[in-house]
Amino acid sequence: MTQKSAEHLLQLDGISKYYGSFKANDRIDLSIMPGEIHALLGENGAGKSTLVKMLYGSLQPDEGQILWQGQKVNIANPAEARTLGIGMVFQHFSLFDALTVAENIALAMPKDQKLSDISKRLEAVSQEYGLPLKAGARIHDLSVGERQRVEIVRCLLQEPKLLILDEPTSVLTPQESEDLFKVLRRLSDEGTAILYISHKLAEVQALCQNATILRHGEVVADCIPANETPLSLAKMMVGDDIHEIAPRATGSDDAKVILKVTGLSATGLTGFETSLKDVNFSVRTGEIAGIAGIAGNGQNELFAVLSGERTTAPDMVQIDGEPVGGLSILQRRKKGAMFVSEERLGHAAVPEMSLSDNVVLTRHGLEDDLQTGPFVRHGTARKLKDKITEMFDVRKGNDDPPAMSLSGGNLQKFVLGREVMAGAKLVIVNQPTWGVDAGSAAQLRQNLIDLAATGAAILVISQDLDELFEISDRLATMAAGELSPFVPTAKTNRNEVGLKMTGVFAPAEGAH
Amino acid sequence: MRLELIKRSAPAPAMRFLSPLLGLVLAVIAGAIMFSALGKAPDRALYAFFIEPVSEMWSVHELLIKAAPLILMGAGLCICFQSNNWNIGAEGQMIVGAIFGAALPILLPDVQNFLILPLMLIFGILGGMLYGFIPALLKAKFKTNEILTSLMLVYVAQMLLDWIVRGPWRNPEGLNFPESRRFHEWARIPEMFPADGRANWGFVIAVVVAIALGVMLAKSLKGFEVKVIGTSPKAAQFAGFDSKKMIFFAFLLAGGCAGLAGIIEVAGATGQLRPTVSPGYGFTAIIVAYLGRLNPIGAIVAGLVLALTYLGGEAAQISLGLSDKIARVFQGLILFFVLACDTLILYKIRLSFGAATKGAA
Repeated sequence: MTQKSAEHLLQLDGISKYYGSFKANDRIDLSIMPGEIHALLGENGAGKSTLVKMLYGSLQPDEGQILWQGQKVNIANPAEARTLGIGMVFQHFSLFDALTVAENIALAMPKDQKLSDISKRLEAVSQEYGLPLKAGARIHDLSVGERQRVEIVRCLLQEPKLLILDEPTSVLTPQESEDLFKVLRRLSDEGTAILYISHKLAEVQALCQNATILRHGEVVADCIPANETPLSLAKMMVGDDIHEIAPRATGSDDAKVILKVTGLSATGLTGFETSLKDVNFSVRTGEIAGIAGIAGNGQNELFAVLSGERTTAPDMVQIDGEPVGGLSILQRRKKGAMFVSEERLGHAAVPEMSLSDNVVLTRHGLEDDLQTGPFVRHGTARKLKDKITEMFDVRKGNDDPPAMSLSGGNLQKFVLGREVMAGAKLVIVNQPTWGVDAGSAAQLRQNLIDLAATGAAILVISQDLDELFEISDRLATMAAGELSPFVPTAKTNRNEVGLKMTGVFAPAEGAH
Repeated sequence: MRLELIKRSAPAPAMRFLSPLLGLVLAVIAGAIMFSALGKAPDRALYAFFIEPVSEMWSVHELLIKAAPLILMGAGLCICFQSNNWNIGAEGQMIVGAIFGAALPILLPDVQNFLILPLMLIFGILGGMLYGFIPALLKAKFKTNEILTSLMLVYVAQMLLDWIVRGPWRNPEGLNFPESRRFHEWARIPEMFPADGRANWGFVIAVVVAIALGVMLAKSLKGFEVKVIGTSPKAAQFAGFDSKKMIFFAFLLAGGCAGLAGIIEVAGATGQLRPTVSPGYGFTAIIVAYLGRLNPIGAIVAGLVLALTYLGGEAAQISLGLSDKIARVFQGLILFFVLACDTLILYKIRLSFGAATKGAA
């Protein structure tokens, strides 16, 4: 045993972590050799983040042991993890927007190093690995991909033996992802082990030599991804068969324009966010129009303006031929437009309030018998809640729990159901399946397709290219507040869209 | 070594209701310690402070007189605070309400009929609303911090009252005392049981208003709007609720309640304007709102409890020879312990040793 483990860089032996009675991690075994690229696969909530936090010292395991180069170690905090040689790139960056690249990196380095030395070293390392960075650039001027480079270079400067990456490609274009993989392969050749956390099967197959698959906090399989198919990996990850999306007939001739956006410009929501620049498009009855793009390129601004949370000049937004740019979200709902925002908790739903109260949140003024005079009829609200949970298969712990106690997928089903239960002329959805388990995601996509079949016009804003290619009839891409022209989904491909995500719209015309 | 507050996953439901009681008990224990430090027997002192004032009928009447403005303003502030509008200026709104309402009997002393009292109450409400409108407008238009503006306007109102009773409204037959003319019979709120004590119908008005506000908060769409805007501003925006309009609604409502409290105080207990109309009721009402769980119905009970501390302060002065500032100390202790208990219901304390754990930096 000891001889064998001496070869391993890292070995986890029966690691468990409990939150009350909930087992976030249940007797996890995992081992990584030096230079190995090891995938940690699992759905949202499978326990990947918990496991990684214990490796990085932000959490302590309740049971089991961690062996580092054959020695039993106790990683009390991230500083100790870094001393051992474990570096981590988080999904959500921890960078100060107002500081420069060098300053951000200096914060993670020992105190006695000069800023000028760090600048030189970081530029050298970034050049060497093909991750070009300027030491003096301020973070808020950088793209998301560049910010990730800062995080990676920050880890590399500490010469880690193990690099942990948490969903690194969720914010990258396909091209940027390819560049990242090159860097990771090179690091692996040089002997750095990489623990790669993802739920994207294709990239795990392309990149990783071994994979550990988690489900409900347990290891369900160890495998070599190259020997598997995406479907077999997905089955291990999700457990049961994945719902197949039913195809539908599209392109009816009498389609009518429901949403028309003309010359839409708007400032950013906050100082550092993107503004919208002269956006023009329309969505017709019975179709699903998709808008791709990396988060933070103006999608949230577009959603706020379309929903009426922000108002514009009346003619910029038209619903069913009527100018509505100056109307409130309430007035737009009364015209048959329904909205599902990106954030479920705290935007589409009040976390602390019960589901029936959350029904009142957006159905007030729409349902006749929800009010008597100024008073809310809570009985009606509860009936509507029952109807939604039944129609959309929302699973919940008790009869009328607070919104925050539902899982992401179930809450999203509830929110979508609430908006569309009484039919809709226009549905605008921002990130429909973000942070949602695979089973619920498939159901949500099917719901959108079914809605389109009933004649609703649907606009889906999403970061998930697979999702957009699966359900949308036409696709456009948003980059830096500009929207590319819509192209039929059948006439484009992932690379073309990926290129547009970086703001190069020119080839779009050539695609016709 | 540091103390860390860690959010509990779900606060125990029973504790939500026990917390104000627990706060009260702790305040009484701290009070007992304070009394013994002052050289008084704690049991005797606590008896004088809390029991004596309610042992006789006439002093129960005094309790109701003091509870009325506390309940009214506390109930108004519950709605205001729940909607995330921090009106600290109820005291000033109460004073301006008193001035507005008192204008009728003082400036038109010869108009004496049954209409005058209802008109005074309405003027009182309007005065309080008008004074609450100022910080609301400043917040909605210029994003001024309403805590500062509403608080500073209290001092302005106090100066205004002081000037008005020493100057233009001073009683011409009052031997130069800084007091207004005494209100005539029609301008006084009648007493409920004149045989037993002075308590007037103002207490009943306060309870009715508090119950009405409680029903509004629990059952109406407006009450729902108040809660959504307070807990989740972005969700409120998604629901189509206008947070700017809510600023005005909350301040006008709380201001109206305070104005009504002001006119009830002068048309009920005092019967004339004096340089001070309130011993800080407007500030104590903040404690009432919190002790009542920001629920207008809870404010009724909390208003009675806080009214008792005023009476207890007077009693402590008379039978123990202590300063009546002891009442303010008790009020402070109650607020302190109630907020502390609330915090411990939502969070647990962890002692942590060693360096702070930082994210990835």
